[in-house]
Amino acid sequence: MKNLPLLFCGIFFALAFSFTGLILSSHIQLGSLTRTTETLVPSDNDPTVMVMPEGETLYPAMPGGIEQQGKDVYISMGCIYCHTQQIRRADFGADIDRGWGPRQTVARDYITQDRVLLGTMRAGPDLANVGGRIFQQGGRDWHHLHLYNPQITSEGSTMPPFAFLYELREVDGAPSSDALKFPPDSEFAPDAGYEVIPTRRAKALVEYLLSLKINYSLPEAPIIE
Amino acid sequence: MSVSQSNSSSESPYSSNSEAVRAELSEIDASIRSASLFFVISAISWLMIGTVFALLAAFKAHEPDFASAFEFLTFGRVRSAHLNAMALGWGNNVIFAVGLWIMARLCRAPIHHKGMLLIAGIFWNIGLTVGIFGILKGDITSVEWLEIPHYATPLLAISYALIGVWGILAFRFRKGDHVYVSQWYILAALFWFPWLYVIAQIMIIWFPARGVVQSVTNWWFAHNVLGLWLTPMALGTAYYLIPKVLGRPIYSYYLSVLGFWALAIFYNWAGVHHLIGGPIPVWLISAGIVASVMMVIPVIVVGINHHMSVVGLHKEVWRSPTLRFIVFGAISYTLVSLTGSAMALRSVNEVTHFTHFTVGHSHHGVYAFFTMIMFGGVYYMLPRMLKREWPSAMLIKIHFWACALGITVMVIALQTGGWIQGLEMNNAEIAFLDTVKNTIPWLKARSISGVMLTIGHIAFATNVAWMLFAAGAVRAKQGPTLLDDTQKGGIV
Repeated sequence: MKNLPLLFCGIFFALAFSFTGLILSSHIQLGSLTRTTETLVPSDNDPTVMVMPEGETLYPAMPGGIEQQGKDVYISMGCIYCHTQQIRRADFGADIDRGWGPRQTVARDYITQDRVLLGTMRAGPDLANVGGRIFQQGGRDWHHLHLYNPQITSEGSTMPPFAFLYELREVDGAPSSDALKFPPDSEFAPDAGYEVIPTRRAKALVEYLLSLKINYSLPEAPIIE
Repeated sequence: MSVSQSNSSSESPYSSNSEAVRAELSEIDASIRSASLFFVISAISWLMIGTVFALLAAFKAHEPDFASAFEFLTFGRVRSAHLNAMALGWGNNVIFAVGLWIMARLCRAPIHHKGMLLIAGIFWNIGLTVGIFGILKGDITSVEWLEIPHYATPLLAISYALIGVWGILAFRFRKGDHVYVSQWYILAALFWFPWLYVIAQIMIIWFPARGVVQSVTNWWFAHNVLGLWLTPMALGTAYYLIPKVLGRPIYSYYLSVLGFWALAIFYNWAGVHHLIGGPIPVWLISAGIVASVMMVIPVIVVGINHHMSVVGLHKEVWRSPTLRFIVFGAISYTLVSLTGSAMALRSVNEVTHFTHFTVGHSHHGVYAFFTMIMFGGVYYMLPRMLKREWPSAMLIKIHFWACALGITVMVIALQTGGWIQGLEMNNAEIAFLDTVKNTIPWLKARSISGVMLTIGHIAFATNVAWMLFAAGAVRAKQGPTLLDDTQKGGIV
């Protein structure tokens, strides 16, 4: 090949083409998505235009402070490398059949997140709606035991224990209300006179996990009862 | 050497018997020697570091209690340290060594001011060291392929720019009219990588784009690290060394043009197939699937071109350390790319997505294809840089067999286990925890394959160190080191 300007142009436009097609156009399509109400109603002025009804809650919710701190822990532990945060539609995979969430997740579900953690591996279950699922099974206590050592709650799991987020200490006077509540005769329970206390990071992480909920409809993705 | 001879040699970059051509190449080799040696030594050091992280991560994947008391060794961090040490430590350093050297040779342009190149290389490795420590310390970003914390990435970007510019400068001051296919690949990759890296850093880390636009950018970047950086560098190396070692030209010029442009046009759209079923517009995913399937064209074309270039010379290929690795890599390129096109189909992806199948696939690409070709490149380059031969043919054989068998075991284990995992995951009747437990035997097989690769890497590093700090016997060794002594000949 001798036509060098053509070679340079080709090299440039090859990547410029996909940069425009994938990155810029998705930015144009999704970059201005805003929070919305669960359903839309026809406008009073022009019934062909759908608007948000006054006074209803906007979704997705804005993350709270402690939840954001918990997300930082989630990021710093690299949880994303085994856990996704995306629910696929009903007839594609078994995400909804497994009870991982009531509906598929859509682009708008992620717009309040500074860092989007969709993930690509499921060595562990999806967590997009983990706050809506495990809360019923005991919520905070379950998560703390599971993080302290996954074998307590999920025997045979390949998840590593995060015991370094907990503190083993001697019971000083009355037992702490924060202390982990081990099942009776658990081999992982501390010796008598000792208790396991979550550190600040563990508490924040659990609050973050409990905040992960897909329990609201969006106009483009309603929860069908 | 007359001018006309010089032109004809530039048009046919395969072996020349002309003393003048060899003298010119030797001068070019000398001009880049210190920088290339630095990059090779850095690359092999990172390869060994990355191997240690890989073994830890692989073992922890089925023995979660192993070393679990150490926060900095938790699985998510160790596997990310492994990925970055391998991709940016081994991959980029070996590309800087082999890719720049091939570029300088094909442009017949000695590298000037090589001290600058060396300093940029030192800063690249300092930046990477800071980055890996940052990952282990907990400053990992949790953005796939971009885990290095924000305080190390600007140094990486600047040092990359200072390194990449040498390839472009060599090209600018090239002699002769003709530009060989390896030069297109290397030039394009040197230009594409910084674009990808800077855009991804800006849109994900520095000024995060809204919502899943980050994810689209992430996979546009991450897949293109393979497609527009590692792949063109490995193909450029194969295109240079196959004719060079065998002493006959590449089979078809037109196929190489077609292969290059088809790759340039299609590969960079393919990355969104990592988001199939995800919360992004379906048209984006469809575009990614179409591009992934269209990749069949450049893959088949390059496959035919490489195959026809070595056909009939299988004995020579098998005897040459360089070509034994490169042909293994070239065959893997065809296999892994066709698998990748199939994995992008929605019905296949429904099973393979979110499983170890994908992990097997990425090792198939980055190791069996890219890394094996780069091993071949180092086997060719170092004797010419150091003006001495490889000390041990046995170590080369151990290296080849341990790595070839190891990566084969790994890909088969992860893809079989991953396929089963995917089928089970899509069946809600099977408890999720059972899908996890059923992967454990396959993950153990992966650990065994990791041990095999480690043996190969130790053999390789030993041979390189032996060559660098060679005893008199190695210095005095005459003639190339071949893997089969039944025939005497001059091919390496």
